[in-house]
Amino acid sequence: MNLTLKIWRQSNAQATGKMVDYKVTEISEHMSFLEMMDVLNEQLINNGEEPVAFDHDCREGICGMCSMFINGEAHGPDRGVTTCQLHMRMFKDGDTITIEPFRAKAFPVIKDLVVDRGSFDRIQHAGGYISVNTSGNTQDANGIPISKHAADEAMDAATCIGCGACVASCKNASAMLFVGAKVSQYALLPQGQVEAVDRVKNMVAQMDLEGFGNCTNTGACEVECPKGISLENIARMNREFLSANVKS
Amino acid sequence: MSGFFKSSIGRKYAMALSAFFLMFFLLQHFAINILSVFSPDAFNEASHFMGTFWAVQYVLQPVLIFGVIYHFVMGFILEARNRSARVKKYAKNNGAANSTWMSRNMIYSGLAILAFLVLHFIDFWIPEINTKFIDGDMTGLLPNGEGFRYYEELVHKFENPLRVGAYVIAFIFLSLHLMHGFSSAFQSAGATSMRKEKLQLFAKVYSILLPLGFIFIALFHHFNH
Repeated sequence: MNLTLKIWRQSNAQATGKMVDYKVTEISEHMSFLEMMDVLNEQLINNGEEPVAFDHDCREGICGMCSMFINGEAHGPDRGVTTCQLHMRMFKDGDTITIEPFRAKAFPVIKDLVVDRGSFDRIQHAGGYISVNTSGNTQDANGIPISKHAADEAMDAATCIGCGACVASCKNASAMLFVGAKVSQYALLPQGQVEAVDRVKNMVAQMDLEGFGNCTNTGACEVECPKGISLENIARMNREFLSANVKS
Repeated sequence: MSGFFKSSIGRKYAMALSAFFLMFFLLQHFAINILSVFSPDAFNEASHFMGTFWAVQYVLQPVLIFGVIYHFVMGFILEARNRSARVKKYAKNNGAANSTWMSRNMIYSGLAILAFLVLHFIDFWIPEINTKFIDGDMTGLLPNGEGFRYYEELVHKFENPLRVGAYVIAFIFLSLHLMHGFSSAFQSAGATSMRKEKLQLFAKVYSILLPLGFIFIALFHHFNH
């Protein structure tokens, strides 16, 4: 198939940036979106032009690195997939595809389609962990009984790969689905209870500090999340946050 | 609790709390207004009670005014913060692919309701306060002293088709606002998914039937007098 691509080009963080049109030809419908981008970049390199910078790593839908906003949706029009798992069969011959970086004040553009998602790391550092004593007295994790329901819900929350599609999709650039998932995965398990109060307070404080917007419950994040993280995690985070503030 | 209400989640709780109060108030307002369709006397009695009972006038009314102002002001503050969280907008954003129009446009439906409230205050609240507290007439009687004035005033207000039209449009916006706002308030308050599922039907009934009921009252009095 032959396509017209409208791609955000920005040479560095300080540059203004603009949308630039490119044509790609003979794209196979079996290619992934990133393979199509590879074809474009080969073409640009052969023409002596600067290739389009974009994030990618595993290309298996599990690392959370790829981050494009394609035709007005994070990770494109397919559901439950990252950009690397989006296939060109989702498009038609002759289509014009608009490709932009994830937009948020807390995700500044580094170059072209690459954004700095360090704000997610800083939120994780604020409390997205448990402290385990590794002195040799550590209790066997299997020795702590956990209900199947809680284990399943915690696992569902833990599948968040931190790609940032929730922030990109949210009309308010809110990070609450991400933070909700990270809070929930520990809140549901006994191992997470020791630091539960500080965790939610510190992670929410860091989230606010980073400049993310507020959740207005549009549900866009849940729809666009490649891992299907549920809004239920935001409600749980809200409950955890209220309870933590009442306790201390 | 220090800093709770300054945090993003704390503000959402406060927004939800004021929404619950306003939704309860709407229900109570409707319950009294609908009396005007069935029994002018009952409507007069209820209006007089609400307009003169001290707990309503000096406790609930100030709480209501605070709730309304808080809901609007916090709505604007949150909207400003949310807008600043994305300085550079998308060239192409397909919001309809993942969310409802109502959920994306709460600020506009809210502004329409605010505009209506200004009209509503000029129509009913300010004359009411003027009669009771400036003129000092707490009797609730017509100038000629023949019965209560409330029903007559209500009917008189709905004579003007332009005003009735404005009321109808405003309540359509209220319905759109509630279609998202009702369940959104429960989500913000941390309701569990099981509870939310049970609330879904009630939310739909409330957000459609209640504004429709207010529209019915306005049209009923317009066409029957």
